[in-house]
This record gives sequence, C-alpha cells and structure tokens, in this order.
Amino acid sequence: MSVWNKQRREEEPAGPLNTNTIRPTPSAPPVETKKETTTLSSMSSMPTGRMEPETSRGGSATIGKAVKINGQIYSREDLYVDGDVEGTIELMDHKLTIGPNGKVHAGVKAREVVALGVIQGNVEASERIEIRKDAKLVGDIKTARIIIEDGAYFKGSIDIVKPEPKAAASQPRPQPAQVPAPTAVAAAAGAADTKR
Amino acid sequence: MGLLSDRLKSFLRGPRSSAEPAAPANGGSVPQLAPRAGRGDVLETRQSRGLDQFFGSFRDQTGLSILDLGGASQENINFITSLGHKFYSEDFLRIFQATFGENVADQSNPGRIDYFLRRSLEYPDEHFDGVLGWDALEYMEPALLAATADRLWRILKPKGYLLAVFHSAERRQTVPCCGFRIQDARTLQVSRHGERAASQQLFNNRSVEKLFQKFESVKFFLARDSLREVIVRK
Repeated sequence: MSVWNKQRREEEPAGPLNTNTIRPTPSAPPVETKKETTTLSSMSSMPTGRMEPETSRGGSATIGKAVKINGQIYSREDLYVDGDVEGTIELMDHKLTIGPNGKVHAGVKAREVVALGVIQGNVEASERIEIRKDAKLVGDIKTARIIIEDGAYFKGSIDIVKPEPKAAASQPRPQPAQVPAPTAVAAAAGAADTKR
Repeated sequence: MGLLSDRLKSFLRGPRSSAEPAAPANGGSVPQLAPRAGRGDVLETRQSRGLDQFFGSFRDQTGLSILDLGGASQENINFITSLGHKFYSEDFLRIFQATFGENVADQSNPGRIDYFLRRSLEYPDEHFDGVLGWDALEYMEPALLAATADRLWRILKPKGYLLAVFHSAERRQTVPCCGFRIQDARTLQVSRHGERAASQQLFNNRSVEKLFQKFESVKFFLARDSLREVIVRK
C-alpha cells in the first residue's frame, strides 16, 4: 500500500507549473488557469524557470512589467500589476497593488488598493486606498479610508463611504470542491495583448 | 540650577531636531515637480482667521464639494472628509510648472493659458461650494491671473467661497513656496520649500479687490509676517 502511494506521488507532475502556461490558441482565453494555481504568475515577465509555484500558492498573482493587457480582469486573489492594463480590474474582496512600473488605464474595484505607479481611472476600494509618494492617480476615488503620501500626485475627487456590513460574507459559501473552478483571473476574450 | 535647566531643555530639544532632516530628502524625490512635493524644510503652525471664516460659512452643512488647489495632503483630506464633504484635489502649481516651466513671460500666451486652465480647472460651472486656493495665485502674471480668477468665479456656486493667501502687498523678487495643511478649523501648518520668482502683479488690497471684482465680496485678514488671507464670496 505504501508502495502504491509512493509511486503515485512520484507520478504527480510538478503541477502548477504545467497548468500555468499561457495557451497560444487564439480562440481560447489568453490566460486560463485552475483555481488552485497561482493564476497570473504565468503572465509574469520572469522566465518560467524562476517561477515558484509551490511557495507562491496563496500569494498574489502578478502581471509583470513587460506585459500589456487590454480587457477585463476579474480576480479571486490578490493581484500585483507592474505592467500596462487598459480596461477594468475587479478584485472584489482582494488587494490590488500597482507596482512602480504599473500603468493602469482602467476602472478599478477592489477591497484594498495600493498605488506605487500610475492609475488613470476611477477607483473603488471598499476598505482602503494607499497612494504612495511617487504614484500618480487621476480619477475619482470611493473608499472608506485613504492614505496618501507626500509627493504623490492626485487629481480627482474623494468620496469617503462607510463600509457596508458584511452580512453576506458571513454566510457559508458553497464549496465547489470537485468541480474545476472557473477562471480566477481572465483577461477579456481575444483582447489580451502580451508584449515582451 | 539655570544651567541644569538649560541643559535639560537642549537635551529635550535634541531628538526633535534630529528627527526632522528626513523631510527634505523626501521632498527631493520628485525633482521636476518641485514645489509641493514632500514636507518642507520649515514648518510652522499658525492660527488662520481666513480658514476659520471659510469653514465657518459651511457650518452645519455636509456633502459640499470642496476643491483644494494645493495638491492632496493627508491632513486636508482627513479634515474635509471628516466634515462630510467631498474633497477634490488639483495640484495647481505642479500643473502650472509643467505648463509654463520657469518661463514666466509665456504666461500671456492665450493658447497656453487656455491649455493650462483646461488641465487644471476643467470643471462644470457652479460645481464647487468652496475652493482652497492657498497661495497658488501669487505666482501668476496678470494675464494668466485674470483668466484664472475668471475661471474660479465660474466653477464656484453662488454664495461659494474662495480662500487665497498672499505673502506680501509689496513688489518682491521672490516669494516663498508653501504647503498648507489644515490642523483644525482655525489652525494651519505651513511648510516652506524654498522660494519662487514672484509675479509682476502687485497684491495690495486694491489690486486684489480688482482681481476679484466679479465676486460679491472680498474680505481681508492680516496675519503675522505680513501674510494676508483673503476670503472671496461669489
């Protein structure tokens, strides 16, 4: 019995690394990953060999600085954007970080937004937004809390909204345990444009 | 005993001064867009009757639209949003510098003036209940200044207020670059970031009244160091 188990473990592929690759088929969504994997790490500009699939599980997905996406991004995990995104970004209960090289021309919705790069578009951050000193944000902000560092450029309006009580969140969620989960992060079909 | 207390005072003063130098380094991180970036090298707290008057006129009201031309600072955002108002931010001087650079003579070019106003004050008419202009007008040459005052008049609601600050009524070569942070309804923290070339425009009471002649009223408050705060009502 133990021998069987041992064999099975040996047969297991490196897993996330394989499921994490960009699919070149034009008809398929440009990025498609299983829920268990760190979804957008495949879109990183880092070479595949440098990926850390096991350790990055549960960490944030990354859009590397040489990546450009046109379309809609929905994510069920934290997202780090260091590339260019045009369209919309929605991470309802998660954190979005725009890295120092990140340029986002998009409407943004997230639980928490940290801006170190450029955001042009309206931002809704249900919990808080942080605009770091070299960041540039042009757009209207709706949030419960804002932190802005000296030196940051901000043009737009700020609406402070009280966070809604999380009644729905306390209800037990249905567990889609055996079923392959829907795409956690998906760029709009046919709209993604990856540059290196 | 006196010597001991002096030493005690200097000991207590010591750590405070050593904690401050971090600030200018921070301000230098955005070199091209200098004037309001980061904490200044001189900080002072001062009472402001103009500010008191400005927010006093909005007492018991919430949900107003307040535009701050001094760029976004944590203190001003906190204060204004804590009163239940909507905060709008324009880094007026940064746009001014990006548009005109150091070439002040260019400020009479109508096309450039229009471009500047579209970048900095492109809002619907009668949009704001109040505008915190601080000292932003003080660096402008007459043609640009008049156009800006006119645009401010347009974007203010009737009975809306503008707060402006002028460092001196006399003609000077330079004026200090300042950042204004609201501590409470009548207290400002003013940070200075060096100096900037002064406008050819005089800012005595008469010329300021003339500048805001379209407005309903102009009220002056003389503060210490010849700083004059002006409340203008549309």
